[in-house]
Amino acid sequence: MHFFVQELVNGLTTGSLYALVALGYSMVYGVLKLLNFAHGDLYMVGAYIGYFVIQWFGGASAVSIPVPLLLLIMFLLSGVGVGALGVAIERFAYRPLRDAPRIAPLITALGVSFFLENAALLLFGAQYRIYNTPEFISFNIGIHVGPLQIDIVRILVIVLSVALMVGLRLLVTRTRLGKQMRAVATDREAAEMMGINVDFTIAATFFIGSALAGVSGVMAGLVFNQVNNTMGFLAGLKAFTAAVVGGIGSIAGAMLGGMLIGIAESMITGYISSTYTNLIVFGILIAVMLVRPSGLLGRVQLQKV
Amino acid sequence: MAVEPTDPAVGVDEWVARSEQRRDYLPGWRGDVQRAAARVGWWPRLALAGLLGFAIPQFGLNDFQLQVGINALLLALLAVGLNVAVGWAGLLDLGYVAFYGFGAYGFALLSSNQLSASGVHLPAYESIPIVMVAAAILGVLVGLPSRRLIGDYLAIITLFLGEAFVEFTNNVAPSKLGGPNGIVAIDPIKGFGSQITTNKGYFYLLLILLVVTVAVLHLLDTSRTGRAWRAVREDPLAAGLMTIPVNKVKLMAFSFGAMIAALAGTVFAAQQISVFPTDFDTTFLILIYAGLILGGAGSIGGAVLGGLVVAITLDGFLRSPTQAGYIFYGVILLTLLVKLRPWVRLGAVLAATVAFGLAVHAVASAVSASAVAGGPQSSGWIADAVRDWVVVPSNAQTFGNVGFVVLVCLLIGLVQVRGRWRTVLLVPTLYLAACVWEGRLVAEPSITRQILIGAILIVMMNARPQGLLGARRVEVV
Repeated sequence: MHFFVQELVNGLTTGSLYALVALGYSMVYGVLKLLNFAHGDLYMVGAYIGYFVIQWFGGASAVSIPVPLLLLIMFLLSGVGVGALGVAIERFAYRPLRDAPRIAPLITALGVSFFLENAALLLFGAQYRIYNTPEFISFNIGIHVGPLQIDIVRILVIVLSVALMVGLRLLVTRTRLGKQMRAVATDREAAEMMGINVDFTIAATFFIGSALAGVSGVMAGLVFNQVNNTMGFLAGLKAFTAAVVGGIGSIAGAMLGGMLIGIAESMITGYISSTYTNLIVFGILIAVMLVRPSGLLGRVQLQKV
Repeated sequence: MAVEPTDPAVGVDEWVARSEQRRDYLPGWRGDVQRAAARVGWWPRLALAGLLGFAIPQFGLNDFQLQVGINALLLALLAVGLNVAVGWAGLLDLGYVAFYGFGAYGFALLSSNQLSASGVHLPAYESIPIVMVAAAILGVLVGLPSRRLIGDYLAIITLFLGEAFVEFTNNVAPSKLGGPNGIVAIDPIKGFGSQITTNKGYFYLLLILLVVTVAVLHLLDTSRTGRAWRAVREDPLAAGLMTIPVNKVKLMAFSFGAMIAALAGTVFAAQQISVFPTDFDTTFLILIYAGLILGGAGSIGGAVLGGLVVAITLDGFLRSPTQAGYIFYGVILLTLLVKLRPWVRLGAVLAATVAFGLAVHAVASAVSASAVAGGPQSSGWIADAVRDWVVVPSNAQTFGNVGFVVLVCLLIGLVQVRGRWRTVLLVPTLYLAACVWEGRLVAEPSITRQILIGAILIVMMNARPQGLLGARRVEVV
């Protein structure tokens, strides 16, 4: 039983990461109807920023400032930096293509993703960078019930993700900016006629979505302990499918989808075999998308002509 | 790279909308030549191109150059196949590379010792048709989601299928598929008592296959099916109303593309004598897309040309630093030549860049000797030409990394500003580009290749989405 709970917690942790990335994917998809393949690579950039913050403050074994402060700086810097990168990408690569045929921005997104991945390879090299989380956050702190161990990092990841999701939901439903986002997502032209600054709203959406990916990347570094330039693409892909499984455009759906995929992954790894994890997860995802393309919590979209 | 303001206006007739692109024949004998060229049918042109291709190995190419030619022909064949689904039917198939892999693995299994102790060694005229038919069936299966899903959903499902292929060959049945070690010792293409073992032979084989494929596809393009594909691409709903069997037509597109990819895969496996899962990953998929996009999706000639250009540039030239330098500086000069008019401005910008460089070099060497100690990392006369004004410090790597980031920022800034400031900003951007190239990029050719592919996709889509030879899509409402 404790093995099951342990795997469940692992799944929830990975799921939280997927869910955060999925949220950004879902937001961007909502306002631009663009599958931003580069989103996964933003997650990778976030992880690198976190790594370099640790190095800046003396490295994992000799951190020169209190650990909570270090974590705060990591999350803030990574969020802001990756958010700005997301806005720059939107401005440079996607904005000129807003009214182009659908295939053009998709291929551009593929190009941006490829560019980011290889720029990271050029800048940081191919080797895995190690976070060495246990050096500054002891795994002994946390909840211990018998053989079950839930360390503080996992708790932090789950709690912070849930908090961010709740915050995002409040932002989208309660604030002016959120209302603008929903308006742009529903009908961009009509929103523009109503006096909404569409460019700003889309940029803000990109900023928030990318910042979530950056924060999620730092969390991934803390949990998995290593970062590499290729970590983003597959994670991004799974995250997008998490968003689709939950229902595109729905925050709760992205969360649900991310958690489901995370749990499915860790259960397959734990009970079947880690060799086939990706294959089985792909199979599940394809099946869900075929059977219910609108997602678990999404609404069926009627196409008007 | 903003969209050109001369987009055809919405709401006008297609013929009128294209009037901007029509040109009169030139005066005099040149016009006669143009008229004569316009009267030449498609098959003499294809035959001429094919003959040119046949003549190329006669110039005494060495083995490496022939290998580049083979890679280029393979990429052209793949781009032509991808064009069927993406360019004509408008289905974004991101799992295309899996068909290529399927063809290669299929051929490998049927022509090696993998399947049983004594091995299966079919002649090529049996194994290649088997593999192609199997790929066509697989194409139909993979295309089935396109009945329900369109656009992005189809893209992501096919991308998953592509990734699943790599996972599958890596992990499933290692005794048969070889896992990460792949399959080695594959037979060459053989049949009727002879076999192809030389690079020259494979070059000719691929050339014949490419010409035949192009001919078949041209006939298909101008047939009912070809028109049905384009109708489905433009508007599936309207196409359905015109009694086009939309789903069947989509599946056909997938199937044809898959067959061509599998054909390319079989030749690849036979020529390489080995296949590995990493030969068929997303990187290669993006390379095929780069070829198709560069040439122009929707045009056969464009797909062939794009595939050839991408493969020859990346495989042939970017391997040696000297030739990579020619390409790098050549492309920059060419872009400036096209974009900067009149030529006085071009001259001013170039002179200003060199002057700016001399000034920076003087300041840097006055501040510290190590700031200019690195020297350009390319060789030949380019290095001599830039030695005096391009700054490369002794720790070129850190400098290059920082410079690369700043360069990307400058490029983004360059797109944002307009008018005179753009010309002014161009000078430091050009200079920094030269510095980063000499300091870092030229020393990392394999990474530079990949970065360039990504950049090609982004810039082409923004500047000229129809590619080099593709026709601009006119929206008629």
